[in-house]
Amino acid sequence: MVKAARLTAWIRSLVLVPLAACVAWPAHAQLQVDILQGVTDPIPIAIVPFTKASPADGGLDVADVVQKDLASSGRFKTMPRTQMRNQPTRSQDVILADWKADGNDYVVVGRVSTLADGQLAVDYELMNTLTGQTMGSQRFTGTQNALRNAAHRVSDAVYEKIVGIRGAFATRIVYVLVEGQPPTQNYKLIVADTDGENPRPVLESRFPLMSPTWSSDGQWLAYVSFEGRHSSVFVQRVRDGQRSRVSARAGINGAPTFSPDGKKLALTLGGTNGNPDIYTLDLQSQALVRITDDPAIDTEAVWAADGQSLFFTSDRAGGPQIYQIGIRPGDKPKRVTFGSTYNARPRVSPDGTLLAMVTLDGNNYRIGVQDLKSGAVKVLSKGRQDESPSFAPNGAMVIYSGSDSGRSVLATVSVDGLTGMRLKSDQGQVREPVWGPFVQ
Amino acid sequence: MRKSLVLLIVMLAAIGLGACGKKPVKPDESSQQTTQDPNANGAGVGSANADSSDDTTQGPLEGLLAKRTIYFDFDSSEIRGEGTDIVAAHAKYLAQRGGMKVRLEGHTDERGSREYNIGLGERRAQAVRRALLLQGATEAQLSTVSYGEERPAAAGSDEAAWAKNRRVEIVYLQ
Repeated sequence: MVKAARLTAWIRSLVLVPLAACVAWPAHAQLQVDILQGVTDPIPIAIVPFTKASPADGGLDVADVVQKDLASSGRFKTMPRTQMRNQPTRSQDVILADWKADGNDYVVVGRVSTLADGQLAVDYELMNTLTGQTMGSQRFTGTQNALRNAAHRVSDAVYEKIVGIRGAFATRIVYVLVEGQPPTQNYKLIVADTDGENPRPVLESRFPLMSPTWSSDGQWLAYVSFEGRHSSVFVQRVRDGQRSRVSARAGINGAPTFSPDGKKLALTLGGTNGNPDIYTLDLQSQALVRITDDPAIDTEAVWAADGQSLFFTSDRAGGPQIYQIGIRPGDKPKRVTFGSTYNARPRVSPDGTLLAMVTLDGNNYRIGVQDLKSGAVKVLSKGRQDESPSFAPNGAMVIYSGSDSGRSVLATVSVDGLTGMRLKSDQGQVREPVWGPFVQ
Repeated sequence: MRKSLVLLIVMLAAIGLGACGKKPVKPDESSQQTTQDPNANGAGVGSANADSSDDTTQGPLEGLLAKRTIYFDFDSSEIRGEGTDIVAAHAKYLAQRGGMKVRLEGHTDERGSREYNIGLGERRAQAVRRALLLQGATEAQLSTVSYGEERPAAAGSDEAAWAKNRRVEIVYLQ
């Protein structure tokens, strides 16, 4: 990916690493979870406190993380601990009849323990109070730093056993945090857990940062930076911050998205005369291929699940609408959206069947999801200026940004529109959330 | 990609930066300058940096030339009203000074999709560029950048703020 010519840029970025202050990210910058809506008949479940492994567990309450994950999904009603008659940690100590009598369909018990090599193990057991069956039990191991992730993996497993859809709690999001007031603002790119915990700035700038996007293996981000007072597209490795500028051509360099195989970017280039069109850029060979050629604004390209075509926004018919075009030379675009006068910023569901977008609904910009086969559109959000939809890797939820009483928030909504939660920032404006892939 | 990955790990180990590897990256400081309010006449804004190329005292200050911002209607890149006169004054000034360069910065209000707004901001910057070219400026004198809705001049989600944000700023580079 990084050619010799790019080495200078990266060595420079390496040298800058120690210059960046090694300060802890303040805890108060975290996002707060609010559950907005849930299903009318949530599944009752009890998450019993796990045994602790003090002090190796760093005081993390694993069962509390699991409880919050499941509650935030809107599909579960979790039993308050104060109402538990007792707090067993092994399935053989669970008197299922009591938990059933107290209204629970399921009980989760578990243990955190220290292994001989100093690592931590999290064991959980999921029981069905109606059938008496143990539906799942599993051990997750890792360092103390990975304990929260192990807790999210318990949530994923429990969610999948009960709901039948792979959970996406043990995944990450990237978003843009903007601090300060115009015209002097500071921009940060933050990677965090999906519940807003563990926020970590991976880039800071006094010039706008926008359009972050993940590679499908979750190891790389691409984004647009205006450092140097012009737009450039960068690719940055998440683990160590190594970054390289992959496009700084004249005019607009924008809207990058990785191809499913991670080898190419789709991006928007405007040129000196300012006519934005879609291109693909091979990250290895740097080969640039023009995909659209139209005097209109063509931008926001995203790859179809099979990597053979792109969905993009174009105002060639007047207002912005979404089109699809094959990536082979000579392929012609086909319009995909019709229902509203403004449809933009497409994102494709992991299974390739749904398109999420920003759609003008009355006078409000909202998140819509279109069934690509039937063309049916469902408006999922209720805000005035909702934007930047992004699918969870399990395809069940969409994360987006909007505002609430003048404050920006990140929010999730299930694709059936039944459940949703909100991640509020008490510091700065949060925007452009992008849900990362499953991590092995 | 694999090779450079290995190379990087080796380099990181060699320079002993592993411990700090998870700290945020900062863009190259030499290309990172303090943001300044083009409408604030250079006052009251932090300038803890050597680069003064955004200083609004750059360039001419007499008459209409002191005005550097052209405003636009919603969803429009048509130069109208006083904007026409401002552009004409700058075109005349630039035509007489072939060595003088300006950057045209296009902006939109906050509504709608961000990258699409980058396109709309560029369209406004290009409208001003074309008008300047028609009235005697040369291509070599002009560059454009669109910030879309990313660098608002005014905070707020009402028409008053939006009207201030739909703009092109003419920034003199010397």
